[in-house]
Amino acid sequence: MYKIVSAIFLAENIKKIEIEAPRIAKKRKAGQFVMIRVGDTSERVPLTIAGSDPEKGTITLIVQGMGKSTRELNSKEAGDTIHDVVGPLGAPSHIEKFGTAVSIGGGLGAAIAYPTAVALKEAGNYVITINGARSKELVILEEEMKAVSDEAYITTDDGSYGFHGFVTQKLQALIDSGKKIDFVLAIGPIPMMRAVAEVTRPYKIKTVVSLNPIMVDGTGMCGGCRVSVDNQIKFACVDGPEFDAHLVDFKNLSDRNKMYLTEERQSAEAFAHQCNLHKPA
Amino acid sequence: MDAQSITPKERLAIPRQEMLSQDPVVRSHNFQEVNLGYTSELAQKEALRCLQCKDPACIKGCPVNIKIDQFIKLIAEGDFLGAARKIKEDNVLPAVCGRVCPQEDQCEKTCILTKKYKSVAIGNLERFAADYERETGNVELPSVLPPTGKKIAVIGSGPAGLSCANDLVQLGHAVTVFEALHELGGVLMYGIPQFRLPKEIVQAEIEGMKKLGVIFIPNAVAGRSVTVDELLKEEGFDAIFIGVGAGLPWFLGIPGENLLGVYSANEFLTRVNLMKSYQFPDNDTPVFNCKGKNVAVFGGGNTAMDAVRTAKRLGAEHAFIVYRRSEAEMPARLEEVHHAKEEGIEFLMLMNPLEFIGNDEQWLTGAKCLRMELGEPDDSGRRRPVPIKGSEFVLPVDMAVISIGNGSNPLIKQTTPDIEVSKRDTIVVDINTMATSKENVYAGGDIVTGGATVILAMGAGRTAAAAIHEKLMGKKG
Ligand SMILES: Cc1cc2nc3c(=O)[nH]c(=O)nc-3n(C[C@H](O)[C@H](O)[C@H](O)COP(=O)(O)OP(=O)(O)OC[C@H]3O[C@@H](n4cnc5c(N)ncnc54)[C@H](O)[C@@H]3O)c2cc1C
Ligand SMILES: Cc1cc2nc3c(=O)[nH]c(=O)nc-3n(C[C@H](O)[C@H](O)[C@H](O)COP(=O)(O)OP(=O)(O)OC[C@H]3O[C@@H](n4cnc5c(N)ncnc54)[C@H](O)[C@@H]3O)c2cc1C
Ligand code: SF4
Ligand code: SF4
Ligand code: FES
Repeated sequence: MYKIVSAIFLAENIKKIEIEAPRIAKKRKAGQFVMIRVGDTSERVPLTIAGSDPEKGTITLIVQGMGKSTRELNSKEAGDTIHDVVGPLGAPSHIEKFGTAVSIGGGLGAAIAYPTAVALKEAGNYVITINGARSKELVILEEEMKAVSDEAYITTDDGSYGFHGFVTQKLQALIDSGKKIDFVLAIGPIPMMRAVAEVTRPYKIKTVVSLNPIMVDGTGMCGGCRVSVDNQIKFACVDGPEFDAHLVDFKNLSDRNKMYLTEERQSAEAFAHQCNLHKPA
Repeated sequence: MDAQSITPKERLAIPRQEMLSQDPVVRSHNFQEVNLGYTSELAQKEALRCLQCKDPACIKGCPVNIKIDQFIKLIAEGDFLGAARKIKEDNVLPAVCGRVCPQEDQCEKTCILTKKYKSVAIGNLERFAADYERETGNVELPSVLPPTGKKIAVIGSGPAGLSCANDLVQLGHAVTVFEALHELGGVLMYGIPQFRLPKEIVQAEIEGMKKLGVIFIPNAVAGRSVTVDELLKEEGFDAIFIGVGAGLPWFLGIPGENLLGVYSANEFLTRVNLMKSYQFPDNDTPVFNCKGKNVAVFGGGNTAMDAVRTAKRLGAEHAFIVYRRSEAEMPARLEEVHHAKEEGIEFLMLMNPLEFIGNDEQWLTGAKCLRMELGEPDDSGRRRPVPIKGSEFVLPVDMAVISIGNGSNPLIKQTTPDIEVSKRDTIVVDINTMATSKENVYAGGDIVTGGATVILAMGAGRTAAAAIHEKLMGKKG
């Protein structure tokens, strides 16, 4: 059992959860994730380690309620426990001094990009962050991103805050301004990552994306997380989750993530029903 | 007829006693155990068939040399607990091995009766004795020697790791087992299905080891959560046994393998067994809804049989085994093949997949296959399958499971480069001690042999335990 030390909402449906996991806190590197199992009958769900405090022995997760598992996790409060937490999993982000590095986070992707942005900064890069959200209320980690960035931008789809438009438009504007960009990290919904890859491809800017296939074990044993990179099968949980954006078959990833739509809906509905039953009248 | 007065002729006249089992039609819709085991009467009757050979050939066929003649004699005499304890002198998981050993290739193959009669049902008897001991609440904890002050880490809680840990703890060492998954038992838990090996049996054995003092740490991935070097240098372990299994599924490398509905056997079985998706939605993990669908499993080993029988139980209308050689070459246990046929599994032999075909939404709709025929014998004397030109056809299937074996997980290799591995990434050991090229690090089981058997993995764990003990206690081996 793993104890939740603190749990606070950052935005509607997005929660920051700090969990006691001393071994993981000590070992984890930017880009790595954990698999968690909320209760005894729960799925194993992959979540990026957004931060850690090795002295306190805690790790921080930032979780968006999508379906049953993530919503159940987000219903937990400080003092509650989680059945299983395993990690750190995945290969750490490849960090070096590239020069100018742009870290792009779409929606919750900001949380996944954040630790890598920190590591890029520590490695001596000039760090530009572009943090995209649908609208102002959904912007997360604004202060944190600012603190690690030499330039920090916010974009919103509806123009309610920061730059009005998509992260790709902001990226294109930066490129057009003549800025020499040496490295791009893009994390967010699949269409966004695919779009970023298309923006940087003609300029041959090294671009890395963090893929989010459905996982089971997270240790390379099942092959369920396989993705097609450069027409080869790769297991995202051990070979990734970060891959060269220009070689990834995004269509296949997005198709494969639809495998359990029917079952996911069924679980989510049952969970919503259960929550309503427990609400005070 | 009793154990004292029976003549050899009378023994030979007794037919081999079959275990009771669930009706095939009923069981192909449930996940309860297929075999129901022997009653005491049946067990004693079967035990009387053993000739009590002076130089028992059966023992040579058992990789851990169980004193088969002796335990069978005890069963014949009605001393079932004595029989269980006799077996446990050599095998810590008899209830498991009695169920899953490929006996026809091991102890029962070398039994003297095999040539002219049917062999003694050694596996069934082993299972009976172990079940009797557990079910009557008579499991006796073995004695543990005084503490030696030595600390040993075992990585992986499959049969290799469990048997190693069990021996070492009894010798007085402090043993900690690190397991990557949330559940202990390795393939016994996530691979072999409930209907063949009830999980309660595996867990009961592990509980026994906990009582002996073995510490189990689940959710700990060696190479990620902690490395071999950290265990040795920072956490003060005196020796390490690596029993991480062969857990890297191979794919066929043909087009369409990433379509929706194509699984590796590991994924399909893990979802169903470990994550209990056969109880979806009570358990959250989903699996392809097989109800009324056609499912093809590619391969001919135990894993393939487990996968195809699982698909049938999940409601598949047609469940096929597609295998590139003929039935005689299938590596699966005979009993599994027999049970699968009884359950209505359809066997398509001499057939090779070329491509998976999908619809616009990328769901699998069929497997393009090629028929084969047996050609001239190759160097090994086996007749090689050769393709029949122009025989391609599409087998309409909604789900496919690829079950063509496993390679080695690279995590340990990547993080501990000074452990020598073979070209196939298996760990290289001295087979007499299971010592690796790295000081005080031992390895055994599937990570050394490639996918093999439970009993071989257990044997390796024991060999390593003995060698570790000798090394740490400063005796010459
Ligand atoms: C390496 C990795 C790191 C991740 N890090 C984080 C993180 O830090 N924070 C976070 O909130 N989420 C993260 N995710 C995504 C998270 O694992 C999924 O959102 C979660 O598994 C969904 O489970 P569920 O039961 O709540 O929803 P489900 O009922 O399984 O799905 C609900 C919806 O989410 C979509 N979905 C399902 N699986 C995924 C997936 N793997 N990725 C994206 N969408 C999915 C479905 O298409 C569906 O529309 C990560 C995924 C991976 C692979
Ligand atoms: C579906 C299936 C059916 C089978 N049927 C039979 C049968 O009927 N009869 C038979 O004799 N054999 C059978 N086998 C083969 C047999 O199960 C294996 O040979 C045996 O389990 C190998 O034991 P092991 O201890 O080496 O590895 P495993 O049982 O694979 O156990 C290895 C353990 O190590 C853990 N691990 C892996 N990496 C790490 C890491 N980095 N850190 C920590 N832990 C880690 C794994 O999670 C696992 O729990 C079958 C195999 C399968 C897959
Ligand atoms: S352990 Fe396996 S091979 Fe040995 S006697 Fe038992 S069933 Fe036979
Ligand atoms: S070889 Fe067969 S008959 Fe002889 S002791 Fe062994 S089991 Fe009994
Ligand atoms: S999640 Fe199973 S291999 Fe990656």
